[in-house]
Amino acid sequence: MRSYLVESSELVHRIRHDFPILSRLENGKRLVYLDSAATSQRPVQVINAVKHFYEQMNSNVHRGLYEMSEEATQAYEDARSNIASFVGAKPEELVFTRNATEALNLVAYSWGRANVREGDVIVTTEMEHHSNFLPWKLLATEKNAKLEVVRITDEGLLDKGCLEEKLKLGPKIVAITHASNVLGTINDAKAIARKAKDAGAVCVLDGAQSVPHMPVNVKEIGCDFMAFSGHKMLGPMGIGGLYGRYELLEDMPPFLTGGEMIKEVHIGEVNWNDVPYKFEAGTPNVEGAIGLSEAVNYLRNPGMNWVRSHEKELTAYALSLMANESSVHVYGPLDAEKRGGVISFNIDSVHAHDVAQILDTEGITIRSGHHCAMPIMDRYGIPAAARASFYIYNDKEDVEALIQGIKKVKRVFSVE
Amino acid sequence: MSDDLYRELILDHYRHPSNFGHLKDATGKYRDSNSNCGDVIQMEVRVKDGKIDDVMFTGVGCAVCIASASLLTENVKGKTVEKALEMGEPDVLGLLGLKSITPERGKCAMLPLKVLKMSLLQGQKQA
Ligand SMILES: Cc1ncc(COP(=O)(O)O)c(C=O)c1O
Repeated sequence: MRSYLVESSELVHRIRHDFPILSRLENGKRLVYLDSAATSQRPVQVINAVKHFYEQMNSNVHRGLYEMSEEATQAYEDARSNIASFVGAKPEELVFTRNATEALNLVAYSWGRANVREGDVIVTTEMEHHSNFLPWKLLATEKNAKLEVVRITDEGLLDKGCLEEKLKLGPKIVAITHASNVLGTINDAKAIARKAKDAGAVCVLDGAQSVPHMPVNVKEIGCDFMAFSGHKMLGPMGIGGLYGRYELLEDMPPFLTGGEMIKEVHIGEVNWNDVPYKFEAGTPNVEGAIGLSEAVNYLRNPGMNWVRSHEKELTAYALSLMANESSVHVYGPLDAEKRGGVISFNIDSVHAHDVAQILDTEGITIRSGHHCAMPIMDRYGIPAAARASFYIYNDKEDVEALIQGIKKVKRVFSVE
Repeated sequence: MSDDLYRELILDHYRHPSNFGHLKDATGKYRDSNSNCGDVIQMEVRVKDGKIDDVMFTGVGCAVCIASASLLTENVKGKTVEKALEMGEPDVLGLLGLKSITPERGKCAMLPLKVLKMSLLQGQKQA
């Protein structure tokens, strides 16, 4: 164990060197970046890959017959294969989207509209980000279908009994997050996907907070769709992915229409393009795909098992220190095995905004607010929460800085 | 600048806000929230002869938001509706004793004034 720790801290030290932004100052202090659940930072390798694309091969893809355009197309498709294999999918099963939000909307719009009928049931949960809640709510309203919401326990785990109840209703769709961006809770995606399948539903997984932080393999999990965002996993903003089981994608009508997504257009007849191009209307985010592919390569080096165990260790350390702080309330499971590196908390009689602002004076950047998950705020009866989140470049020093920051908040507000 | 934000004036008004509660015979009432941070403020005003006779507020928010509501309600009592509707960010910052504020926190500081104005306008519409 000890040797692992030493190795681990050396590795983090090396990793930190790859992130130019970590040497900037925040309010004149060392930047302690604890907001990776909102967006991660990017290593120089990713920044250079994007730069290289623009300097060496910028041209539109799937269109030009000249050498440079062929290179760009090749790079774009290589990126697709690489990113698909990172999540255990085949290249043709990976649709590039702007982000997880667009991927989830694509499923609701395309698969949902074609398959959900009046009176059908759609199951989602109380712990969803709005992007895995609103598309289903809208779909249910439009189709006169029923949206059933699985509740969470006080501990912040999915209420298994409630899930069973909802599955008995024979839902068409079970849309669920793999890891919560507020509570940190990691759901047993494999078990849920199997149960959804047994109930006759398609399982839509929101992987926005899992794919960046742990090994995720869609075939092992057995879900039908999975959404994720590149910017939360060291990649550029504006690129994300939707995994869809091939047979499902093939049967689905398109999402956006326009260039690229057709084979033939005549005034009387249209032939859609093959999967996944059918879902990629217009000029795609080529630099994004190339940057994300480089991000995936970067993560492969320490490996996702290391990423998970590193974050688990930081989380357990932070939870143990926070447990010693009076007036600090942590939401979600207290066992680091059951959660990812996301810790939401409040300090008695201090608004989360003020917590974030005072931490910022110490160079510590966290998020505060409802985290696009207002049903969770309702569940715990709070208007907002402060949230610290960890990634590969964070270390114990960052956790200790957070605790010192929390002590300062308590001093300023005279909280015992 | 942020350390500046948490001076005694703001902290005092946050801990012990003035005019917190509901108003009998309100002539105007309005509630609004800041979508990103969960600050919610409701203002209840009573206008008599074109002047703000009384005003109370309720809500949840950060120190800046609550202190702003508290100081604002103290300040506008007795003012004409016209004068209150003319108030802007410099007035609010003045009440809070701040020279400037970041755009994000500006939204917290300005929410009470925005809600107050809406409650006054709503009262006028109903009159
Ligand atoms: C669990 C979860 N799902 C979905 C999203 C949406 O991601 P994006 O804004 O990149 O579409 C987020 C981002 O915060 C998230 O945390």
